Amino acid sequence: MSAAEAGLMACGHCGQIMEHRDGPIACPRCGGSVRPRKPASLSRTWALLLTAIILYVPANLLPIMETSSLLVTSRDTIIGGVVYFWHSGSPGLAALIFSVSILVPVLKMCILAILALTVQFGWPLDRRQCITLFHVIEFVGRWSMLDVFVVALMVGLVRFKGLAVIEAGPGAIAFGLVVALTMLATHSFDPRLIWDSPRRALG
Amino acid sequence: MPSADSPSPQRPAEPRILPPRRWLPSAIWIIPALAALFALSLVIHALNQRGPAITVYFASAQGIEAGKTKVKFKDVEIGDVTELHLAPDRTRVQVRIELKKEAEGFAVEDSRFWVVRPRMAGSGVSGLETLLSGSYIGVDGGHSDKKSTEFTGLEVPPVIASDMPGRRFVLVARDIGSLDVGSPVFFRRIPVGHIESYALQPDGHSLFLSAFVKAPYDRFVTDGTRFWHASGVDLRLDAGGLKLNTQSLAAMLLGGVAFESPDGNIEAPEAAPATRFALAADHDSALKAPDGEAYPLVLRFHQTVRGLTIGAPVDFRGAELGQVRAITMAYDRETADFTPVVTVDVYPDRLDVVGADPKPLTDEQRQRRLVELVRRGLRAQLRTGNLVTGQLYVALDFFPNAPPVKLNPAAEPPELPTVPGDFEELYKQVQAILRKLDKVPLDAIGQNLHATMKHLDAMTARTDKEVLPELRDSLKEMRASMESLTAAMAGDAPLQQDTRQALKGLTEATRSLKRLTDSLDRQPESLLQGRKEQQ
Ligand SMILES: [Zn+2]
Repeated sequence: MSAAEAGLMACGHCGQIMEHRDGPIACPRCGGSVRPRKPASLSRTWALLLTAIILYVPANLLPIMETSSLLVTSRDTIIGGVVYFWHSGSPGLAALIFSVSILVPVLKMCILAILALTVQFGWPLDRRQCITLFHVIEFVGRWSMLDVFVVALMVGLVRFKGLAVIEAGPGAIAFGLVVALTMLATHSFDPRLIWDSPRRALG
Repeated sequence: MPSADSPSPQRPAEPRILPPRRWLPSAIWIIPALAALFALSLVIHALNQRGPAITVYFASAQGIEAGKTKVKFKDVEIGDVTELHLAPDRTRVQVRIELKKEAEGFAVEDSRFWVVRPRMAGSGVSGLETLLSGSYIGVDGGHSDKKSTEFTGLEVPPVIASDMPGRRFVLVARDIGSLDVGSPVFFRRIPVGHIESYALQPDGHSLFLSAFVKAPYDRFVTDGTRFWHASGVDLRLDAGGLKLNTQSLAAMLLGGVAFESPDGNIEAPEAAPATRFALAADHDSALKAPDGEAYPLVLRFHQTVRGLTIGAPVDFRGAELGQVRAITMAYDRETADFTPVVTVDVYPDRLDVVGADPKPLTDEQRQRRLVELVRRGLRAQLRTGNLVTGQLYVALDFFPNAPPVKLNPAAEPPELPTVPGDFEELYKQVQAILRKLDKVPLDAIGQNLHATMKHLDAMTARTDKEVLPELRDSLKEMRASMESLTAAMAGDAPLQQDTRQALKGLTEATRSLKRLTDSLDRQPESLLQGRKEQQ
């Protein structure tokens, strides 16, 4: 039995329990806006997720970093960097970059898509597992910006005018957007829908 | 659930209903739409940027990396190496290049591709910047209208870009000397071009060099222009002193080619592109009158040719007309004898004949002229050039007393009759004398002489024993006779006196006879009347 079924709902900010209403009401304790569910949560999640998936393509194809030293200009994509580190004898670093920059975003987008599809079409998945998955992507989200941080750090550090300049490529922007969008999509997904949907489907 | 468990849940306060936000939930779909637009624009941009993909074959992929190596034209990136494969036959590498849209025009037939890497060439050091930046692929855009996607890369960068104005000439050389691709071409010591390439002719006898002369200078190359090796140092010591001649320090080290028109008449017609010029060994031989065509002659000597070497000069009264090309031995079936056959190359053009007939052009004319010369006594002769080493040379000269020879007109090359050499003549005469001497029966003469001597010996012995004493006696008797004779002839000898008296008497008788004849003459009657006394 869920809170909604009991005719109750909780304030998302302070946890105050109140009577279930359809429209948005002000929390009697903290004054925050309380709704039984996040409005248009699923469509928002879908939109943000789709945007992230679209942007993921240029994030991988466009160079993430442009290094210009005295004579050489090289543009490195994420995959190129992974391959470079792997061949130059740093498989650990290569694995780290691979997992953080490729594996985690893909994983995140997949999980989000599974959750959204579950809610959308009422797939009979185990609700507890779904919630675990949701917690995983929430936790992991803050780490997937590692690439962007590295690039930002390098751009700040290596800037000897005329000798060597590292600049963030368009891929970095796309990649940053992907990470931000997945975080936003995660945020806009209302996990309470997981509990609603099977019931709705069953009911 | 707590709400279910608690018996009297606190009634929640009356909620304050908030006004609904004026926000359309579907507005969120603007974001993916924008992203899709952005992605689409990227795709369109990438497709627009994409030029033709071409394949270039190189001998080796040294310095080329797929995804890293760029294609540059005038230091502007016009493409990337996307793939690198071994050609199926494993002799070459296949480099796949994606050109940019703007570089579409490079995918034409006569474009040339090469790998720019550091290299030392005749023109100097090039591609040094690639030491740090890595090699790239250089390109020289062609002007052809025919599109092409497959190219064979050059192993050495072209010396001259195809858009450089100027003309190319072909130099024919015996050997390359110290020249190389990129060696400079000098005109009055100004570097005006480069050697672009060289190729050995299939027969292996000569070498064709392609020389490029830059635009303002190419008009100085006329049909009469002479080219020569300007490599190295020309150091000579002559009556004028020590002379050092070199084009430039670079040419001294790396070699080069120089050209000049001997007459200095720039107005002469400019040489057409790809005109062939002979590349002379040095300046002097380049400006020498051209040899013209070699005229081979066959000489059959009936003597040894020991001391005659290939390349030995053919001399005509001190002028070097040519040289010996080959010496062979021929078997003559008729005489069953071996004769050395010497083939010589003669350059008749080396003779600057004053008031000569126009140069014979056809073989027939030449033939006729040779026949005429032979009729006037032209012969070849072997002469000793160096008495110490016995080096021989071939001399051509007129021997009016030489026995007439009929020239075989069909022989190709024609055979010039020979006369024995001076030395040979002397040798022959000595040989003839010796042969005659050989016929003298010296043995028999000796034996006869010996017998005669013996006989003489015996005779002498007999003379000693028999003749000499007799001789001595005879001599004694002779002396006695002589003495008696002397005595008889002496003044007071009786014989002498008798003779004198006899003569006196004879004189008296003669006188009386005279008197008689006188008186008879005067008085002939006295003979009858007797003598009368004078009155
Ligand atoms: Zn509250």
